[in-house]
Amino acid sequence: MTNSIIHIFLALVMPPLLLGVIGKTKAAFAGRVGAPFLQPYYDIFRLLHKGTVFSTTTTWIFRAGPLVALATAAVAALLIPFGAHPAPISFQGDMILYAYLFALGRFFTMAAALDTGSSFEGMGSAREATYSCLAEPTLFFALITLSRLSGSYSLSPMLVNISFGVWLDSGAALLMLVGGMFIVLLAENCRIPFDDPNTHLELTMVHEVMVLDHSGPALAIIHYAAALKLFVLGAFFVHLALPYATGNPYLDWVLFIISMLELAVVVGIVESVMARLRLIRIPQLLVAATILAAFSTLLVIR
Amino acid sequence: MFSVLQGVCDPALVALVAALVIGCSGIPGLFLRMPGLGQLCATVTTILAALAGLPAALMLLFSSATSTYILSWGLPFGLCELTIDPLSAFFLIPVFLVAAAGSLFALGYWPAAEHPSTERGLTFFYGILASSMAILVTARNGVFFLMVWEIMALSAYFLLATEHEHEDVRRAGIVYLIATHTGSAALYVLFSLLASQSGSYLLPAAGSLSALPPAAMVIATAAFFGFGAKAGIMPFHIWLPSAHANAPSHVSAMMSGVMLKMGLYGIFRTLTFFHDPPLIWGAVLTVAGISSALLGIAFAVAQRDMKRLLACSSIENIGIITTGLGVAMLGISSQNAPLAYLGMAGALLHILNHSFFKPLLFLGSGVIIHATGTRNMNLMGGVAKGMPKVAFLFLIGSIAICGIPPLNGFVSEFLLYFGLFSQLQTSSLVYLVLLAPLLALVGGLAVVAFTKLYSSVFLGTSRSHGAVHPHEAGLTMLLPMALFALLCLLVGVMPQWALRLVAPAIASFMPLVSDIDQTNYVLILNRISMMTLILCAVAIAAALFWRWRLGYARVTKTSTWGCGYQRSSSRMQYGASSFSEMAVSVFNGIIRQKITRPALKGLFPEATTCDDKPSETLLERFVLPLCTVAGVSFTFLRRLQHGQMHVYMIYIFATLFVLMLWAH
Repeated sequence: MTNSIIHIFLALVMPPLLLGVIGKTKAAFAGRVGAPFLQPYYDIFRLLHKGTVFSTTTTWIFRAGPLVALATAAVAALLIPFGAHPAPISFQGDMILYAYLFALGRFFTMAAALDTGSSFEGMGSAREATYSCLAEPTLFFALITLSRLSGSYSLSPMLVNISFGVWLDSGAALLMLVGGMFIVLLAENCRIPFDDPNTHLELTMVHEVMVLDHSGPALAIIHYAAALKLFVLGAFFVHLALPYATGNPYLDWVLFIISMLELAVVVGIVESVMARLRLIRIPQLLVAATILAAFSTLLVIR
Repeated sequence: MFSVLQGVCDPALVALVAALVIGCSGIPGLFLRMPGLGQLCATVTTILAALAGLPAALMLLFSSATSTYILSWGLPFGLCELTIDPLSAFFLIPVFLVAAAGSLFALGYWPAAEHPSTERGLTFFYGILASSMAILVTARNGVFFLMVWEIMALSAYFLLATEHEHEDVRRAGIVYLIATHTGSAALYVLFSLLASQSGSYLLPAAGSLSALPPAAMVIATAAFFGFGAKAGIMPFHIWLPSAHANAPSHVSAMMSGVMLKMGLYGIFRTLTFFHDPPLIWGAVLTVAGISSALLGIAFAVAQRDMKRLLACSSIENIGIITTGLGVAMLGISSQNAPLAYLGMAGALLHILNHSFFKPLLFLGSGVIIHATGTRNMNLMGGVAKGMPKVAFLFLIGSIAICGIPPLNGFVSEFLLYFGLFSQLQTSSLVYLVLLAPLLALVGGLAVVAFTKLYSSVFLGTSRSHGAVHPHEAGLTMLLPMALFALLCLLVGVMPQWALRLVAPAIASFMPLVSDIDQTNYVLILNRISMMTLILCAVAIAAALFWRWRLGYARVTKTSTWGCGYQRSSSRMQYGASSFSEMAVSVFNGIIRQKITRPALKGLFPEATTCDDKPSETLLERFVLPLCTVAGVSFTFLRRLQHGQMHVYMIYIFATLFVLMLWAH
């Protein structure tokens, strides 16, 4: 029970911090002081108090977009284990629900973007549609590998099972999985090299351009949902790449928080040292990620 | 209601009578002078008959009883048995449901007052089609089965050729007719071989034939060809897109929602005859299924015609069902009860689900085409403002068909996924799990196809210049759609009940799975339904929170942000083709799209047009050239076809005489 409460508390409170850490890392690389760690919280708080502008073109779909995106990310957060602690809700087959929840959120985000009738937002959702359908098989290859390694059909045992012992046994498979999933993590959360959240040119964006017309509290919800999605996918990734566990429940929570922050720093470093890819290169990289994950699957089921 | 019915008479009789009544429903209209009265009469009759037939079918399904009636038909093909077992009863559900809903829809969509010349025939053949499908699933005599099959195929042809003054429609009709009769030819082989195996034209009992002799292999192949052509499994799908696109929408709903399932029913039924099927049968079905699913949805992504997109997605869904069936067959062959159960449950539930959301979408497309006057999605847009109710119902259908939670499509795909994953720890069928990423790709492409469809039709602003002001559809059109949407929601929110619906049909013909413990699966589906509720609760909480915040600051309404550009027009929107262009370019090998781009010259190029057209690779590259070659090389036979009736009768007489001599 305590663990569930901590789990929900972390999922509610911590996501924007990751964005703060990424920003700070990028600032450090650029030689700036950078915004404070808590800046994303201030932004969300500020947006919640702002007025809203609705386009006259839009219908209720436009308003449903942010809400569904938030709800799906929140439910996915309930399914994913944080660190060595199992998730509050876990049942056989929950990994399939986990994968499809994001599809629901994406459907509504894309529909909300297209509801405005803006060509920029149409561009963004066309890109999102293509990239995400290429990223989908990678996640399933990862789930197959993990399910085979752990002998279970549920996310919690699957992910908690990964330890340094498993790394020693099937290191090659896990290494390729980490590579593939890192690419998917960046692509799904629209980070560099797939998308630049800070670019000023609408023509080149993916996720940010889809939410151009959202303002005020809706934009706050979108920012928060995006941070939550990064947090949830990040928690999945951290299990693969940094499977620390001590056995002490409280120490494990601390370790989980530290490893999430490490992940944020790594994302920040990638964003600092890389440029955005050309749009036509992105599908190639995503297919490469799928092949990596497929290799890891073949290695464990052969 | 059940017990009252039971008291009155046998539910199987009720179902059969209901089927016959639906078949006769169009007859009064042929003789009534007043337009519209016949249609109304047919609709009322069909709905009443379906209201009697549906509970009867459900009762038969749950009682797991088999009732048999014998039709005394006086033909020399043995007994003509009409039997309803749980599998038949299961397939009766979509027949009655879609027939009644489509009939009600036709009142508003194809009113006799507006279509005086075609309405009578449409209503008549609609009833015949529904009735023949209901009787088909009860037919247990091979010859009778073929007769009903032909009636079904021909009535579907007449329905689809309703608007035969258009060339497209005639062409689609011819392609359909050729495809369905090629399939029928395979069925003649199938039933003659079956008769030679079992000694009578009565269909063999479940598990009575051995799969070992070579004849069994031929039977299975013939069934795959003949029934696969009707179901639209790749590569026999060539007739499907144009036929569905050119039929009136409630007919498309019937064809896609029910008639394709008759092909699947045939495959299911044929497979029940054999015990211990070899692994290769399951493998062939699985491979055919997954390639249908992948290619079907890839074609759907490239379409710009709304109904063609829906038709291609039917190929995808049939593919998913066939994959489930193939997986189940693999489970049966390898004595793996969980795999057989999950594959079959996924396949059967997807049949039911597809007959909920596909008619919903086809009926919706009918309303939209009625309102906008085009099928081209590139010319639509902004329909949601004029018809918010249709937009809402269509959204439910679109989400359901993508297989996204919390609607019904997810449940059946979940069962299939779970079946695939459950093989991970075994040693024999472990590679089966590689289907899961392919299915995920199919799901991802389905999201592309249906966001494209939904957004280009309903969202944004209208892209055409025609002053079309769509208005909300009438109650007769909304009610059937609402019914299907409700069913999609119900199955999605309470999947454990849906599983009970398919369980008897599975148990009836798979002795292997009869002793499997279902409680585990019911428990899992319970959890999914709980997660659905949590999802809704979180969304509602977020909505309330947002409303609360909206009240604290100014809300203004203005035009869409054009990134500083002030004179944006509706033609600048992303259209349907531009939305899918990138996905199509990535899957360039599978999907081919002919894009004719204008060559722009000089600083001030003149006005020009850009055109895109998805090409049907298989039909255009292989089938049509083959038909041309066949046509040229058999021209000498056309001398026999000259339109003189008496010579034709001589042909028939001579053939009969020769056959009699041969038999003697």
